[in-house]
Amino acid sequence: MSVLVFAESPEGKCKKVAFEAVSYARKTADLLQTNCIALTLGSPDNASDLGKYGAKEVKNIPNVPEHLDGAIYAKAIAGAVRKTGATVLILSHSSTGKSIAGRLAVKLEAGYVANVNGLPMIENGFEVNSVAFSGKATATYAMESDIKMLSLMSNSFQVEVSGEVLDVDTIEMDLPTSELEITDVKKQEGAVPLPEAELVVSGGRGFKGPENWQILLDLADALSAATACSRPVADSEWRPHHEHVGQTGVTIRPNLYIAIGISGAIQHLGGVNNSHCIVVVNKDPEAPFFKAADYGVVGDLFDVVPRLTESVKKYKASHG
Amino acid sequence: MKQLVCISSMPDTAAKISFTADQTHFNKEGVQYIMNPYDEWYALVRAVEMKEEHGGTITVCHVGTANNDTIIRKALAIGADEAVRVNKDPQDGYDVAVQIANVARDQEFDIIYTGKESIDYNAASVGAMLAELLDLPFISYANHMTYAHGKASVTREIEGGDEIVALPSPFILSASKGLAEQRIPNMRGIMMAKRKPLNVVEPVAVSQMARIVKYSTPPPREACEMIDPEDMDALVRKLAEEAKVI
Ligand SMILES: Cc1cc2nc3c(=O)[nH]c(=O)nc-3n(C[C@H](O)[C@H](O)[C@H](O)COP(=O)(O)OP(=O)(O)OC[C@H]3O[C@@H](n4cnc5c(N)ncnc54)[C@H](O)[C@@H]3O)c2cc1C
Ligand SMILES: Nc1ncnc2c1ncn2[C@@H]1O[C@H](COP(=O)(O)O)[C@@H](O)[C@H]1O
Repeated sequence: MSVLVFAESPEGKCKKVAFEAVSYARKTADLLQTNCIALTLGSPDNASDLGKYGAKEVKNIPNVPEHLDGAIYAKAIAGAVRKTGATVLILSHSSTGKSIAGRLAVKLEAGYVANVNGLPMIENGFEVNSVAFSGKATATYAMESDIKMLSLMSNSFQVEVSGEVLDVDTIEMDLPTSELEITDVKKQEGAVPLPEAELVVSGGRGFKGPENWQILLDLADALSAATACSRPVADSEWRPHHEHVGQTGVTIRPNLYIAIGISGAIQHLGGVNNSHCIVVVNKDPEAPFFKAADYGVVGDLFDVVPRLTESVKKYKASHG
Repeated sequence: MKQLVCISSMPDTAAKISFTADQTHFNKEGVQYIMNPYDEWYALVRAVEMKEEHGGTITVCHVGTANNDTIIRKALAIGADEAVRVNKDPQDGYDVAVQIANVARDQEFDIIYTGKESIDYNAASVGAMLAELLDLPFISYANHMTYAHGKASVTREIEGGDEIVALPSPFILSASKGLAEQRIPNMRGIMMAKRKPLNVVEPVAVSQMARIVKYSTPPPREACEMIDPEDMDALVRKLAEEAKVI
């Protein structure tokens, strides 16, 4: 028995999603009074840091392809589960995690709950909560399989520093070479991927056209926030598709979501209603989004947003 | 070429979400069901475009009860040639994957499509499970694909960007926004769909390893605090000091 967590390192480095998963795994292991083992694949340069986030052991399987190959990654992780005798396997509900979790569930004959948003409850066996119906409900699952697998929803568990840097222990494993050929990679501009962002500024049709987006970008810049948009904005190609949030776009859970010129249709709310704090700027006091907001500003965005940006800058300048 | 598109059904995006009195089951009463948008708008339409370009057939597969036959007919109206429905209200994603694998095995499909995720539970698990069961490569979150001479070039969404992967068929992909443009079925399609085969097959036995024991709904948000639009300093102060988010 132990808890194994796959700490992903998509660009050769473990980042926030991995630290969240490890912090979560440590808490889970404490609940079960067992060991927390972090696993990395490839050659991340900061694997030993995972000890700081609560892993008691850090293991690495170096000989996997640099690009995501679900078949090989799943083989490697399943191998590590067997070697360590882990009975709980934790992944991130990220693009990487999602593309391998299904394979692992089949290989390990494990029950699998995706999109988990809180610690397991062990009073009656092993139960976990997961988001259902686009954030409109929570479903509680009872898991009875020998090996239990979960994927953790981004931004739903606080990163915690609770330990020390550790030595990394290499696991030797025979793995096939990848048959996928990567012919091109296009990195997105901008620092933080939307699902991981803590602050998000989002715009809707109220902006009238792409030529007005600078107003939003300036606010995002002042806050160091990621940017998002409503579906019609992405569909009209005012903004790239990967910024489209909602039930048919990206689901996010930032600390702060600022929605500007977005009406708050139910399908839009489906992707953002789990945000910790929501601010809405809309000129229509009847806009449905106000019902889902913590703070509301009724006003013309072309007037309000530039002044908000100035206020943010002023506050930051006077508070370091 | 032979293509298979997996289609699931969801409560309509505007449906009211409620549960049975004991909070253990979703209350289906009065709820309209739709085809999962990722399956309909992107996976199925891309398969139809591929057929227009390369010929062959499209099968759609759904694991569900006869209540969903209208959704299956819609898929046939958009351009699939035949449908297979596995007659079972599936217990979870694994159940779905096992049933579809059972239908697809030995049929030599060149490309199998799933949607990126179902928009009710967002599990995004069926595609990868199916890939493991059928021992095929799986390309997740495909937003563009070209295909020639048995070889595909697929753009997939990965952490922080896009990546183009070249691979030979057969393979499984999950369809993300951008793979195709939504099509509305026309009258001719709807008429033809009535005569296309919809085969019903019985499920194989699958053990269940995680089950939902309870639903709960989040407490409603407190009433929104309105801020004077002339005083953005006040908003910033509240975000920093009250909500502590900046
Ligand atoms: C199956 C399905 C799935 C969908 N999925 C999604 C999804 O994932 N994400 C999504 O976003 N939508 C989705 N939609 C679409 C959704 O129903 C709405 O149509 C969409 O969210 C509206 O976008 P919007 O708020 O930007 O535009 P609008 O509804 O046009 O709202 C614009 C808002 O801007 C305000 N405004 C205008 N001018 C100003 C100004 N000068 N200053 C301040 N405010 C101003 C207006 O008062 C209005 O509230 C989906 C729809 C369906 C049917
Ligand atoms: N009951 C079902 N019948 C057929 N295909 C399904 C079913 N459920 C899910 N799928 C497919 O799997 C995809 C991902 O669903 P999920 O793993 O539930 O998020 C969907 O977009 C469908 O293509």
